[in-house]
Formats: sequence, C-alpha cells, structure tokens
Amino acid sequence: MREYILRRLVSMIPVLFIVSLISFALLYILPGDPAIAMLGENAGTQETYQGLRREMGLDDPLIVQYGRWLWRTVNGDLGRSIRTREPVAEVLARRVPTSFTVGVAGLLFGIALGLSVAIVSALRPGSKIDMLGTFMALGGAALPTFWQALLFMYVFAVMLQWLPPSGYTSPLVDPWLSAKMLFMPAVVLGTHSAAVIMRQGRSALVEVLEQDYITTARSKGLRENVVVGAHALKNAMIPIATILGLQVGNLVSGAAIVETIFAIPGVGRAAVDAIFFRDYPMLQGAILLLTSAAIIANLLTDLAYGYLDPRIRYR
Amino acid sequence: MANEAPRTGGAVAVVAERPGQRRTYGEEVGSASSRLLTRGRRFLGNVLETRLVGTGLWILAIVVFCALFADVISPYAPNEQDYLAITEGPSAAHPLGTDDLGRDILSRIIHGSRVSLQVGVIAVGIALVVGVTIGLLAGYTGGKTDDVTMRIMDAVQAFPGLILALGITAALGPRFPWMPPIWHAMIAIGIVATPAIARLTRAQCLTIREREFVAAARVIGASPLAIVGRHIWPNVTAPIIVQATLLVATAILTEASLSFLGVGVKPPTATWGSMLRTGSQYLEVAPWLAFAPGVAIFATVLAFNFVGDGLRRALDPRLLGRRRG
Repeated sequence: MREYILRRLVSMIPVLFIVSLISFALLYILPGDPAIAMLGENAGTQETYQGLRREMGLDDPLIVQYGRWLWRTVNGDLGRSIRTREPVAEVLARRVPTSFTVGVAGLLFGIALGLSVAIVSALRPGSKIDMLGTFMALGGAALPTFWQALLFMYVFAVMLQWLPPSGYTSPLVDPWLSAKMLFMPAVVLGTHSAAVIMRQGRSALVEVLEQDYITTARSKGLRENVVVGAHALKNAMIPIATILGLQVGNLVSGAAIVETIFAIPGVGRAAVDAIFFRDYPMLQGAILLLTSAAIIANLLTDLAYGYLDPRIRYR
Repeated sequence: MANEAPRTGGAVAVVAERPGQRRTYGEEVGSASSRLLTRGRRFLGNVLETRLVGTGLWILAIVVFCALFADVISPYAPNEQDYLAITEGPSAAHPLGTDDLGRDILSRIIHGSRVSLQVGVIAVGIALVVGVTIGLLAGYTGGKTDDVTMRIMDAVQAFPGLILALGITAALGPRFPWMPPIWHAMIAIGIVATPAIARLTRAQCLTIREREFVAAARVIGASPLAIVGRHIWPNVTAPIIVQATLLVATAILTEASLSFLGVGVKPPTATWGSMLRTGSQYLEVAPWLAFAPGVAIFATVLAFNFVGDGLRRALDPRLLGRRRG
C-alpha cells in the first residue's frame, strides 16, 4: 500500500507542474499588458504604471517571472489583493473553513440521497420505483444549479418562510441557525452528485448482485440487508468511488455558484467577486486553491480505490 | 457534468430500429417465468428509451426552430421596452410576463435559444477540432508525444470545469476587448471540453491502430497522414459523436452558469443565464422572472442528454448483448 501511495504521488508531479503553468499563463502569458489590465484602460499615470510594472517584475524574462511566481506560491505567498491590498493567502485561508463546511454538507447529502435511491432501484430493476429513480437521475443531472437554488429560495424562504434566504453561520457559533442556513446550499450543491451516484451506483449494484458470490451468500441464508449492505455494496463502491472523485470537481464548480447565490463568504464566491473587481491576484489564488482541492480529493479517491480493490495496488 | 464515465450497464438490452420494431440480441436463459419477466423489462426499457430519444429530438427541434426564426416568431423585439408594463406578471399581451425593464420574457427566451445553441455547438466544435487532432496525434504516434500531450490534458481536466472557464473568460476579456464577449465564453468552454474529446479519441485510436487493416495499410506504404485520415478516423467517429452530443449539454449549462454569474455574454443580449440573474434580484416581487428561463435551460440540456444517451446505446455494441442493467 505504501508503494502504491508513493507511485500515485510521483505521478502527480507532472500534472501539478502543468497546472501551475496554466495558472501562471492565465495572468501573464496572454498578449497584452497585465499592468494595464490591472490598472484598467484609462486609469493611472505613467509613474504608477511603471511602478506597477517594476513591482510585478514584468521587465524580467518570462521564465524568471514564472520561477519567482512559483517559488512564492509554493511558500504560500499568493500576492496582494488589488482591491483591499490584503495578502490573498490570508483572505482565502479565512474563507476555507466556510467552503469546506458547505462542500462536505453537499457531498454528504449527495451520497445519502444518491446511494439510497441506487440501492432501492437496483433491488427491483425494471419496477416503477426503478423508473422513478431513473427519472430523478436524468432530471437531477440536467437541472441547472442556479435555477434549483432560485426555486428553493422562492419556495422555502419567500413563500413558506421556513428558512433564511441566504447567509452563513458557522456550526461552531450557532448549530441550529447554521443548520437552517446550510440546508438549501447543501441540497442544491449535492443534487448533481446525487444524480450521478444514482445512475452509477444502480448500474454497479445491479451488476454485482448478479454475481455468483451473492447467490452463495443468499443460499447460506444470510439476511438480505447483510447480502446487500455488506457483500454487494463493498464491491459496488469501487465504481462509485471513482465517480465520487470526479464529483469533487463538479462540487467545487457548483460551490462558486451556490456561494454566490446564497451569499456565503467562501472561496468560490471570492473567485466570482474577484472577476468583477478585476482583482486578478485574488482570482488566480482562488483558482489555484480550488484546483488544488479538486486534485487532493482525486488523490484521496484513488487511495480509497486502492483500499477497496486490492488488485489495484499491485498493478 | 453529463460526460460521466461510460456506464457499466445500460437500462435496455434492445435497440429499436423504428418505433414498434424490436431487435433482440443474445439468447435468453432461465425459466419461462423469468424469461417473461426479462422480456417485460426489456419492453418497458425499450419503450422508455424510444420515448426519451423521441422527446429529446422534439425538444431540440423546437429549440432549433426558435433559434432560426427568432425574429419571425417572437411577439416583440428582445430589447423592446414597454414602459407601461414593467415587472408585470403573465398576461395576454405578455404570456410569460415582463422583466424589470419592461421587456417581453417570451421574446427574450426565444432569442436566448440562439446564444445557448451557438455557444453549445461552437464551443464543442472548438473542442472537437483541437481534441481530435491531439487525440489522433497522441494515439497514433505514441511515445513522448503521447505522454506530454496527455499530461497536459490531465492538467486541464484537473481544474474544476466552471472555475477554469471563469478564469479563461476573465483573462480573455481585458486582453481581447475587440472580440465579441460571446467568443470569450465559447473559447473558454471549448478549452474546458477539449480533454474529454482528446482522451476518447486517443483511446479509440489506440485500439484501431493495432488492427490488421492498419498494419496492411502501413505495409503497402501509406503515409501516416493517410492512415490516420483514411483508416483510423472513420473508425473512431461514432463514440466521438456521442461524446460531443453530451458535451453540448454541458457546454450550454456552463454558458448559462457564466451568464448567470455575469461573465461572458454581456447585456442587453438575451441569454437564459442572464435572465435568471435578473430573476434572482426580483425573487420576492416578480418570481416569474426566475421560472421560464430555467425551464428553457433544463429542457434543452435534458434533450441533448436524452439524444446523446440514445445514440450511445444505439452505437455501443457492448450494451446490445446485455440482458438488463
């Protein structure tokens, strides 16, 4: 297992290197002058412009600029926000726990709903309840996150007034209010994952349930929930785990939308706000952070995969 | 989003050539009752399948019709303001109501179909041109080229799709101000969609490359370009078409997300995403603003998914022999 983890870590190096190149390129390599882009088209005097160019080190060769940027980034220095002059890393670090809470809540909802529908459908393939599950999965995958958020907001906050329309409170400060505020963002964020888990989980389970060892387990006289819960589910989890890893990328994308709609001060919202204020260091930092989160989640999935399917470790 | 990994089991075992006509593959085994049950399920799956593809095609036909004849069929011009009817609910004059500037929502939805389809199709077109070229190159040449290009594709895919699209759109905006903003979104979405196409093309290319007819072509001295163009490419198109159809759905969803966030296509151009953005600001006083554009996005994305899934099942020989799944 240790060798497998090591191999996975090494294989990440080239990908991380190219990710860093792309992130750098987003701000620097494209034609045009980043200093002008930062100052805006008609703002700033010649002196501020030259000063900014020097400050950004734009007169050095690109490779030097990239090297310097990479060194700073690896050391946790993401530059300063153009808008507030605060260090980007500090601003983002404050927002991470919020995004993490929302993301985990969304993922848990997605897994809970997705898996339960998958199990119910897989036990009775072709039945009415299976059809209903299929429709839910198809619909959930096509439902635009922001539209679902608006519909939820209208129904639960405007019409019924059961939940606060937006905002965020940490569960450590006020658990009840936090739960009420987290409910809509978590459901909206998790719906897409739930839809994908439903489809993949159902197919995987149906396939596993047809195998001989399940027949053996049944003929041994094991109760159905042991057969499904202990024997079938572990093997069915292998494809589901892969899907979960891919879902984290979608979850991060969804978080940008959900945080914006529900006025949650997370990293995704920081990225969206940064675009409007042309706060490029902030945007770049947020993109880098969100992408790292997705990469780490994928790595963890791969490791989980190795645990679930021992064959993978020795390949 | 829609481009999840290939499913391990399809819902149907039967592919309808024409509605009402069934073709079964593979022998059925088991008792008479279980055979009957399997048949029943097949039939149910078949009907569902045909209906879904049919529904998808109908929705797409309507959307394409709206996009082509938007100026003829929409009751008002998309940016025409009626100052006497500002944020008004549905009425005879404005079947879906009006927005905060007194513009007719139905007309804007009809015109919005243009943006959605245009971005969806052109962005995926960009991804196809770039992705297929990369995929064929990597798959056919192998070795270092393959390694390097595929690592780049891995890296692009490591970015969360919408976040990368946001970043690229935001970076293109101030650099290419002369370009219509819709192009920024198209290029961004195209780049994000490229790895899916490139990987699929490469994988297909790798299997075809080993076949006898490719070896034969090489033996008679065909140039690599001729081999790839004449022998490999025609054999890899089917799965790519399926993937492209599903990617259009994702692209439309991404464009709508960008517009909703206020990035990409600029006002006053009517897009479904930006209409919902307006709707989100008037949720308490004019909830209808946030309804119809969402239905339009939902239905269009669903339609592309239905058609893509149908195509996949029709073209995937592995799914034909399955009993159920």
